[in-house]
Amino acid sequence: MTDGPSIEAVGLTRRFGDFTAVDRVFFEVSRGEIFGYLGANGAGKSTTIRMLTGLLTPTSGEARVAGYDVATSPESVKASIGYMSQKFSLYLDLPVWENLLFFGGAYGLWGDALKVRAGEILELTGLVDFRGATTGSLPGGIRQRLALGCAILHRPGVVFLDEPTAGVDPVARRRFWKLIRELSAAGTTVFVTTHYLDEAEYCRRIGLMADGRLVALDTPAALKRAWVPDRVLVARGRNLLVAAAALAARPGVAAAEPFGAGLHVRVSPDRWDAASVRAALGAAGASDVQVEEAEPSLEDVFLAVVGRPQTAPVEAGP
Amino acid sequence: MEVTLEARAMTRRFGAVEALAGLSFAVKEGELYGLVGPDGAGKTTAIRALAGLIDLDGGEARVLGVDPADGGPAVRESLGLMPQQYSLYRDLSVQENLRFFSRLYVLPRAVYRERARRLLSITRLDRFLDRRADALSGGMYKKLALACALLHQPRVLLLDEPTNGVDPVSRRELWALLHEFVQGGMTVLVSTPYMDEAERCDRVGLVHRGRLLLEGAPGELLRDAALKSFEELFVSRIGEEAA
Repeated sequence: MTDGPSIEAVGLTRRFGDFTAVDRVFFEVSRGEIFGYLGANGAGKSTTIRMLTGLLTPTSGEARVAGYDVATSPESVKASIGYMSQKFSLYLDLPVWENLLFFGGAYGLWGDALKVRAGEILELTGLVDFRGATTGSLPGGIRQRLALGCAILHRPGVVFLDEPTAGVDPVARRRFWKLIRELSAAGTTVFVTTHYLDEAEYCRRIGLMADGRLVALDTPAALKRAWVPDRVLVARGRNLLVAAAALAARPGVAAAEPFGAGLHVRVSPDRWDAASVRAALGAAGASDVQVEEAEPSLEDVFLAVVGRPQTAPVEAGP
Repeated sequence: MEVTLEARAMTRRFGAVEALAGLSFAVKEGELYGLVGPDGAGKTTAIRALAGLIDLDGGEARVLGVDPADGGPAVRESLGLMPQQYSLYRDLSVQENLRFFSRLYVLPRAVYRERARRLLSITRLDRFLDRRADALSGGMYKKLALACALLHQPRVLLLDEPTNGVDPVSRRELWALLHEFVQGGMTVLVSTPYMDEAERCDRVGLVHRGRLLLEGAPGELLRDAALKSFEELFVSRIGEEAA
């Protein structure tokens, strides 16, 4: 491991025919950082990861991962990283322990060193009790922790997680993220993609992709300041849904949407505040209304950055 | 209001696994009902039983009052299903898959053109018309499957985790579209692992270990439990058991 950034992309570009999947992307990720890579489906996230993990050669530009150039030393890159995707590949008919031994062997560990390390992974991932259980019989959340365990057996300095929590329930997701934070605290660099924006809050910095380009890159707090100029309010009370439609139609109201048991309201700070929103909802038929200021969510940021006006594609018909 | 979909004490075992352990719920006409629960709770098995694709060990499934397994063309014509995976032709492009399904449903050309335009725009697949289905990312594949299922607007639509892996902007827009269909009279049963989506349904059933734990309008369930989000409700009711 060198002293430089763990991951460095310099004008990284990949074209498929005349389609540019990743277009001149620049960023650096420092050692131990949790870096979130977000964007709509098809924005270029997976193509970026495939280049950074040495699986796909860049068309132009460069990237270094763990000190190795992905184009000229892809095998050294692969040996220095861990990778886990949404469709993680475990042997479902093997017990947990044997999956660990198998993947450890594939990474070149063997003998007592492998057994000691596999035991450490069971501890770290909280799977000691499941050591002898057949992998296929376990719930998704447990298999997912095992898949992460298999990806870090060889102590990689950088871990790539491509939608690691897709389809997993909230309790399992929280547990998984606790593990990610522990890895990061111990110095492992984590590069993660997710469609759960509450998870993205755990990232130190976030890059947002749109149509192949990296269009925003900063901490969650800074992204919210830069991209969501609206005042965000949360309203609670009765008969809110009917009143929401009336409020949303007023000038200066960007959105009034159901959110949990209440309403998520975004308004222009020049025209509206908590008191006037409360009055407007009351006038539109809601009762017992309480309105509080809230921090913008990363979903507000995502919508502002990635949300584009809907275009009408030309379609020839069947 | 008339009951459109009904699960009556459904039981089904796969070897040692009890997928459905007496699951009962009813979806009323014009309702958007969400089945919420952890991986392995029985959501997919329940949807497959209501689509008439598997036999039950015990209990009954009813669609528009009849058994979907032998309901014949009447049920088949009014029922749409988006399964969780592999419902498309992988060697056809995005556009070819949509056209194929529109012909299967015998959609008039003008109707197809308008719906396809709208669905491609909402799913943001309009940049990828010529890409083969097997070259799409997981989320994009999901979106295409959903677009194909939504092309013919059936009376009753079953969706098994339609938004799993789909990005937040498209998820939002797809839910707006589902609400529009429901307002037009469609009955929708949807399963989802996203707790924030539970909050977008008219009513939800929280499923765990093949049974219904809790059912009701999401806002009322949260008020009764004095919690702020469905995620908190899930954690408080199922907790560490699920992990």
